[in-house]
Amino acid sequence: MTRFTFGKWPLILCFFAALLLAGGTTAVGMADETAPPAVQEDTVAAPSPEGPTPGEVQKNLDFVWTMVAAFLVFFMQAGFAMVESGFTRAKNAVNIMMKNLMDFSVGSIAFLALGFGLMFGTSPTGWFGTDGFFLSDFGKDADKWLYAFWMFQVVFAATAATIVSGAMAERTKFSAYLIYSAVITALIYPVFGSWAWGSLHHGNGWLEKLGFIDFAGSTVVHSVGGWAALWGAIILGPRMGRYAKDGKVMAIPGHNIPMAALGVFILWFGWFGFNPGSTTAGNPDIARIAVNTNLAAAAGAIASLLTAWAIFKKPDGAMSLNGVLAGLVAITSPCATVTPMASVYIGGIAGVVVVLSVLFFDRIRIDDPVGAISVHGVCGALGTLLAAVFHEEGFTMARLGVQALGVAAAFAWVSVTAGILFFLLKKTVGLRVSEEEEMDGLDYHEHGNAAYPNFQLVEKR
Amino acid sequence: MKKIEAIIKPFRLDEVKNALQEIGVSGMTVTEVKGFGRQKGHTEIYRGAEYVVDFVPKLKMEMTVAADMVPAVVEKILTSARTGKIGDGKIFVYDVEEVVRIRTGERGREAL
Repeated sequence: MTRFTFGKWPLILCFFAALLLAGGTTAVGMADETAPPAVQEDTVAAPSPEGPTPGEVQKNLDFVWTMVAAFLVFFMQAGFAMVESGFTRAKNAVNIMMKNLMDFSVGSIAFLALGFGLMFGTSPTGWFGTDGFFLSDFGKDADKWLYAFWMFQVVFAATAATIVSGAMAERTKFSAYLIYSAVITALIYPVFGSWAWGSLHHGNGWLEKLGFIDFAGSTVVHSVGGWAALWGAIILGPRMGRYAKDGKVMAIPGHNIPMAALGVFILWFGWFGFNPGSTTAGNPDIARIAVNTNLAAAAGAIASLLTAWAIFKKPDGAMSLNGVLAGLVAITSPCATVTPMASVYIGGIAGVVVVLSVLFFDRIRIDDPVGAISVHGVCGALGTLLAAVFHEEGFTMARLGVQALGVAAAFAWVSVTAGILFFLLKKTVGLRVSEEEEMDGLDYHEHGNAAYPNFQLVEKR
Repeated sequence: MKKIEAIIKPFRLDEVKNALQEIGVSGMTVTEVKGFGRQKGHTEIYRGAEYVVDFVPKLKMEMTVAADMVPAVVEKILTSARTGKIGDGKIFVYDVEEVVRIRTGERGREAL
């Protein structure tokens, strides 16, 4: 067991205390400014004797649908937790659960403090937002839509954050992961998000002005998370025993495939909030988006099944689960601008690509226990490009060019920021646990307990 | 008294147990074990990487019986555990020096 010392924790606590203090003062200051000219026209008036107007009914519907969708996306955290723990060993299950729990919790506060303002605040340059930190542009009588919008956005930010957990599983220091969670939701994700989605609120991103299509975040959410996962896995290095000296790839089977499958079903379910919810409006568009989302997931499963069957001679379960997610990630960008048949193609292409991508990353010895880099990074980029290829208004090179620019911008921005972040973590608090801790399991050394204390966990390595 | 130890395929357990009860075996201990013999292990595939499972899951049954019962017990295990395919397992017979029933303190054949 590690000895109990206070170490760097007082520093981290001070950081959070300072953040909250800063938030408190800005919120008070901003409330004073915004209170007098309060935006009255948007607040729902007392019901008239004739009942609510059609406009009020639509507005309430938008609130309800956006909230329900946000709650579905929140539930995807549970899906990620199940997928990641199922695909890894029992001795690290507590650690995976803690990472999934804490990246959402730390991410919520970080997104409140910095992320939301950077992403959706007034953006004079088009590169990042400059106000709205700590929800400070919400006065007492202001439009409550800000709450709905913030809630919908915070669950997206946390989705980007949690993608990384799986790729870095079974060897990352818990404290380093907590710091990473704060930085991606406070800085890395929101700045890129402001380029593509800023104008959904007060911003105006340079990328969206060019016509970049990313309806629900193949690039903004999934590629950003996936590329951060790539750099995390590269800088960490592979798990012990993953690649033999002669170059052979050694399997490290996950401890619970039914659990991973449950996670994939939960994610599929949650995606019906992720994509159709991105209308943030209760309107008929959500039906087509749901159909497209479902078809891409199904096609991804079938295509990955056939690909794995052809290559390995067996219909590999874990790969088919990845195929579902690959289809879902790929359709996330184009889901509102393609036909159902195009969604089948997009999901199908992603299902093939994800299997080849998993094999490729193993070939170049980047150890990703759950396939997060392939599913979210590669298929996110792929879906964003296919949004131009299969656009319902026809294919144009100009549109493909803008999509490619967005994909490249995401890769460049995340590579620089996440690369620096993980490098600094490695040099300061340390990114990787010791060999002994890795062998015994992170549950015992990092958390001091076991996921399944009534079962003996004996294994060869 | 003799102790009979049999390594069998796990899915034959019920047949073997029922066959032994028929001829009056009054108790046994069963353990989940792993091992290999001529069957060796087998390869499995996980996310595109093959790996060898060296130790195959088996069941180990242990029972102590009167010496005159040994041929019947061995015969019953042979017929009920056999599938004819490689990996059906083995039977070992040992001498037993003493048996004591803890509740009553009975010894020897009385304790079986």
